[in-house]
Amino acid sequence: MGLFDYFNANRKSAEVAKERLSILITRDKIQRDRPSFLPQLQDELLAVIKKYVDINQDDISITLDREQDCEILELNITLPEKSCQQREDKPLPEREREP
Amino acid sequence: MTNTKIIVITSGKGGVGKTTTSAAFAMGLALEGHKTAVVDFDVGLRNLDLIMGCERRVVYDFVNVINKEARLNQALIRDKRTENLYILPASQTKDKESLTMEGVETVLNELKETFDYIVCDSPAGIEHGAFMAMYFADEAVVVTNPEISSVRDSDRILGLLASKTKRVVENRTPVKEHLLLTRYSPERVSRGEMLSVKDIQEILSIPLLGVIPESEAVLTASNQGVPVIANRNSDAGMAYQDCVARFLGEDIEMRFIDPKKKSIFSKFFGGN
Repeated sequence: MGLFDYFNANRKSAEVAKERLSILITRDKIQRDRPSFLPQLQDELLAVIKKYVDINQDDISITLDREQDCEILELNITLPEKSCQQREDKPLPEREREP
Repeated sequence: MTNTKIIVITSGKGGVGKTTTSAAFAMGLALEGHKTAVVDFDVGLRNLDLIMGCERRVVYDFVNVINKEARLNQALIRDKRTENLYILPASQTKDKESLTMEGVETVLNELKETFDYIVCDSPAGIEHGAFMAMYFADEAVVVTNPEISSVRDSDRILGLLASKTKRVVENRTPVKEHLLLTRYSPERVSRGEMLSVKDIQEILSIPLLGVIPESEAVLTASNQGVPVIANRNSDAGMAYQDCVARFLGEDIEMRFIDPKKKSIFSKFFGGN
């Protein structure tokens, strides 16, 4: 039995329950308050980025954090190693070729 | 009645004491002289009639009234022991979808004409039946056990009460929430084996209406089909009386939240 287990075994079960619940409920609340448009935003962003760079669904993640009065929308896109630049074979979208 | 109050007894999790509470609460309000109807929303799994001891008098039910197969006063069962108390049983056969929004609203509006309080006994879960039971509520009693899954589900229900009820949709003041802790064992709390009232209140952060101790009287009462509040000498019965009084605005100190003091005699002989 490791030292950590030893301390855990000595803790009252109600204390453990309270700690687990507090974490869980905070997480549930964040999930619940998450705006419903986030998944759609993610899909649309993915579609736009795909026009220029080859990425997968898993390469893009969106999280919304709250710090006091401030909401932070964090957008994380992992670009493939080789071609961070525009691919030669992919033409520019219609709109941008217009004069 | 213009100021009828609709109270939903809800919890999310099953088996925490919603029906026991609905029966006790409704009888308590009636005993205080308020004309009260208690409505079973658990279509398909009706049990309120059993707890109220009127299962053999059920002829028509909630769904019959919604479907206009019976009039409301044909379906309402008058409690034989308590003046002012009526029960509207759920249907045992039909499925939960038969509780339509319009149907439920029509029945509640008709009940509002004669009753001061309408107590809605919600089914467990967060499906249609539970949603219908809470949608029209003015106040909610959230029944919670000192057990993590129950507390978590109560938090979930509080989220729904704050976002998915008629009062919210119509931009009125939100549903007033009350916490009711059941099956509480002060002895186990003092040994650190059970979440305390304080712990649960901190986590859910809604006002505490009362604490019902773990009590043998609850099973005895349901065996006999008598709401436990009718047993005026039992701990659970007294705790429910306190809850009703607090709900009606009285300021009453919490009981049954501290371990029983052992007498020197019982300490000596190891009894309880």
